[in-house]
Amino acid sequence: MDLSMLWYLVPSVIMLVCGVYGFITRKNLIAILISLELMLNSADLNFVVFNRYLFPGSMDGMVFTLFAVAIAAAETAIAIAIIINIYRSIGNTDITEIKKMKY
Amino acid sequence: MDSVGNIIVYFVVAIAIVFFSFKAVTTRKILRAATYLLFVLLGTAAFYFQLGYQFLGAVQIAVYAGGIMVLFVFAILLTHKPNEKTRLIDSHRKTLGIGVSVAGAVVLLFAIFYMPLIHGASLSECISAGDAITMHDIGLAFTGSDRFQYLLPFEAISVLLLACIIGGVTVARKK
Amino acid sequence: MDITLPILILAIPITMFLILGIGGVKMSHKMAGILGILGMGTTATLAYIVAFTYFFSGDANFIIDGVRQQYQVFDVTWLAFTERLVVNLGFLLDPISAMMLVVITTISFMVHLYSWGYMEGEPGFQRYYAFLSLFTFSMLGLVVATNIFQMYIFWELVGVSSYLLIGFFYKLPSAVSASKKAFIVTRFADLGFLIGILVLSFYSDTFNFMQLTANPGGVLQSFGGATFMGASALTWAMVLIFTGGMGKSAMMPLHIWLPDAMEGPTPVSALIHAATMVVAGVYLVARMFPLYCVVDASLTFVTVVGAITAFYAAVVACTQIDIKRVLAFSTISQIAFMMVSLGCAYDLPVEGVHYSGLGYMAGMFHLFTHAMFKALLFLGAGALIHAVHSNNYTEMGGLRKYMPITHWTFLIGCLAIAGIFPFAGFFSKDEMIAAMFSRHWFWGAWMTMVAGLTAFYMFRLYYMIFWWEENPHYKEHKPHDAPWQMSLPLLFLAAVSCVAGFIPFGEFVTFDGVPYHIHIEGSVAATSLTVAIAAIALATVMYRKKNDLPTRVKNMCPGLWTAAHHRFYWDELYMFITHKIIFNIICKSIAWFDRHVIDATMDAFAKITQKTSYAIRGMQSGEIQTYVIWYFAGAVVLAAITWLCLI
Repeated sequence: MDLSMLWYLVPSVIMLVCGVYGFITRKNLIAILISLELMLNSADLNFVVFNRYLFPGSMDGMVFTLFAVAIAAAETAIAIAIIINIYRSIGNTDITEIKKMKY
Repeated sequence: MDSVGNIIVYFVVAIAIVFFSFKAVTTRKILRAATYLLFVLLGTAAFYFQLGYQFLGAVQIAVYAGGIMVLFVFAILLTHKPNEKTRLIDSHRKTLGIGVSVAGAVVLLFAIFYMPLIHGASLSECISAGDAITMHDIGLAFTGSDRFQYLLPFEAISVLLLACIIGGVTVARKK
Repeated sequence: MDITLPILILAIPITMFLILGIGGVKMSHKMAGILGILGMGTTATLAYIVAFTYFFSGDANFIIDGVRQQYQVFDVTWLAFTERLVVNLGFLLDPISAMMLVVITTISFMVHLYSWGYMEGEPGFQRYYAFLSLFTFSMLGLVVATNIFQMYIFWELVGVSSYLLIGFFYKLPSAVSASKKAFIVTRFADLGFLIGILVLSFYSDTFNFMQLTANPGGVLQSFGGATFMGASALTWAMVLIFTGGMGKSAMMPLHIWLPDAMEGPTPVSALIHAATMVVAGVYLVARMFPLYCVVDASLTFVTVVGAITAFYAAVVACTQIDIKRVLAFSTISQIAFMMVSLGCAYDLPVEGVHYSGLGYMAGMFHLFTHAMFKALLFLGAGALIHAVHSNNYTEMGGLRKYMPITHWTFLIGCLAIAGIFPFAGFFSKDEMIAAMFSRHWFWGAWMTMVAGLTAFYMFRLYYMIFWWEENPHYKEHKPHDAPWQMSLPLLFLAAVSCVAGFIPFGEFVTFDGVPYHIHIEGSVAATSLTVAIAAIALATVMYRKKNDLPTRVKNMCPGLWTAAHHRFYWDELYMFITHKIIFNIICKSIAWFDRHVIDATMDAFAKITQKTSYAIRGMQSGEIQTYVIWYFAGAVVLAAITWLCLI
């Protein structure tokens, strides 16, 4: 039995749709951020898998993933700073409370 | 033909990833969600090791599972009481979410299974097809400016991180 | 000739305009006044040097075998639209442009000096000087234009500066409407001018004056017998070009703006609406004169328009109360005099006798002397207004004791315009009437009558202001002579008006450049002098002391008097045509179309957009999760479609 590319893509897809589901349904900003990380992670995994199976001689996918990890770190830091700021001003981190940009 | 050990490891990790992803978005306790996310990230790192990218796996554990998770935990502890449950999801939203997610999963899995390119090569063949990636290679790739070298993005990332530090401090600082 | 001086003559006023216009607000009034006067003084000096060089240096560029030449100091390509349509900018020196340089800079300098006293303490003093500089620049550019398009550009520029200066007191509604009227009427006339230019240059293939006037026969041939509505195309072109001149020079029926233009400050009236800008039309005809000569009809047109205007304006001037209006109508009349003179200067090649172009020389001579004494009269009127604070002579009377300088200089001006020997007007008017008689006895007799009317209304004005009966208000508010800045120009211009007639003008400015020796035509001089003296005597009898003779004369023909007082209802006629006919019939229907068709269409677009926006604004909910649902669903659908297509 071979471990083909498919095998790795299936968990990746499930990770992604779980992330989408979480992003849509959760009310808590931090939970939404967690869902976001899931989606990002699935994309990272895809890069690596494609790199390994389709272009084993190069390392571009891996480098992309490295950068993506760095950017994810930056993005999370900023997002958490914003969340803390929101928490300070409205007392919780509920996304339904922050709709001032509506219309 | 891949070794049975590899396959067993794959299944363990894959099941763990699927299970914990699912739990991470369904649990009502936020700290647990973060913990499940940690497990997912570790599982992904395990996949990286299995795929032969040891350095990447180490980075994944160190930066993601180490650094980012700590940020998450700090944020959660700063903004939530222990054992506080998040609000219930309204069912309308939930239906929508399930619908969209399932539709997405169907389309993507359909795409994967019918994609003609990806049948064939096994993992061990692919690993042996490429040279093992050493730290030397990675170092060279990050410090050159030729083809397949990434000095400029590397520098750009460093500036981005600096901007992010300043931005984070500015945003979160008390007025 | 070196091009430095000519360029400086144009550059200094425009620089002054920029300095005063931009930096004026930061300056004190005194500083702005001194700057303006110094700039203008320098320009005047340079213009004198240039004119002197032109007339007296004997340079081969300027004079060959005693014949004065036209000389382009420089002429550079400015706008090259196509190969045929090229507009140049240049500096043309010939007798009339050199003469105009002297006239413009002299009067402008005098007015700058005078305004320092007259406009003292007015808000916007710096702006006033800036506009004066702009006007001077434009007028100088107009007279030295080497081609008709350059002239047109500067023609519009003087129109603009005239507009700005008439509306200088922009808080007065009357000044605002007067400036608009002046601008619109002259612009309307300039439309004809532009069409004339285009027709002329379309056939003759050039804008350049020297090329046009050097060979008028060739220009006529280049038209190749093209006709329009029974007249040749060249006639049309020249008449249309003259239309521009009619607008600027206030010939009938486009004269209506000039009396109203008196709403501007009086020194401006002296500079623009008496001495320089309004003679631009005369100058234009003189500039294109050889072309007018080859088409008889256009010259006749000039003559007829001039003759009618001269008489009309003189009659109206007899009944006006506002002293500036009297002077304005007098200006119209005198400019019309020059037009008739030009119209009578038909280029007849008579053996031996130098009649060809006598009217041309005389017209230019009168332009010169008229500029001097009319500026004098206006500046005198300014001094009176300054002293009495009213424009109407009914508020004046008996002022000769209070304002001796103004009195004597005004009298000199009146004598000069009436044509009394030995003042300037006598000589130029004599030459003009002689030229008219040589053309046809009718024109001579007609214009002699106008000259008599001129003498009558000027002395009527003079007596009403300085004699008649003292205004009782003088006891409370004693009028006195103006300060030195205002008196000095008066004295200078009065002196010029006394001696200008003795300038051997024919030696300098003639039609063909050949000097012409002016000699007084005994019979003509005697006739016009007699008529003038008789008119003055009549005015003396009627107006020297307060009596009821004027009222009785008025009551003899009340209809005529009222009509003349209302300027024969020209303004009312224009109002009727514009308001009743044009506005009601044409504009209203257009307005209806605009409101109900064009505007409505646009409104409908706006309404539809607004309604749609309101309908769909709920989609912009601000909930990121909703966006993600839509986004992801869209992505999934797209992916599904892609796969369905690929399979």
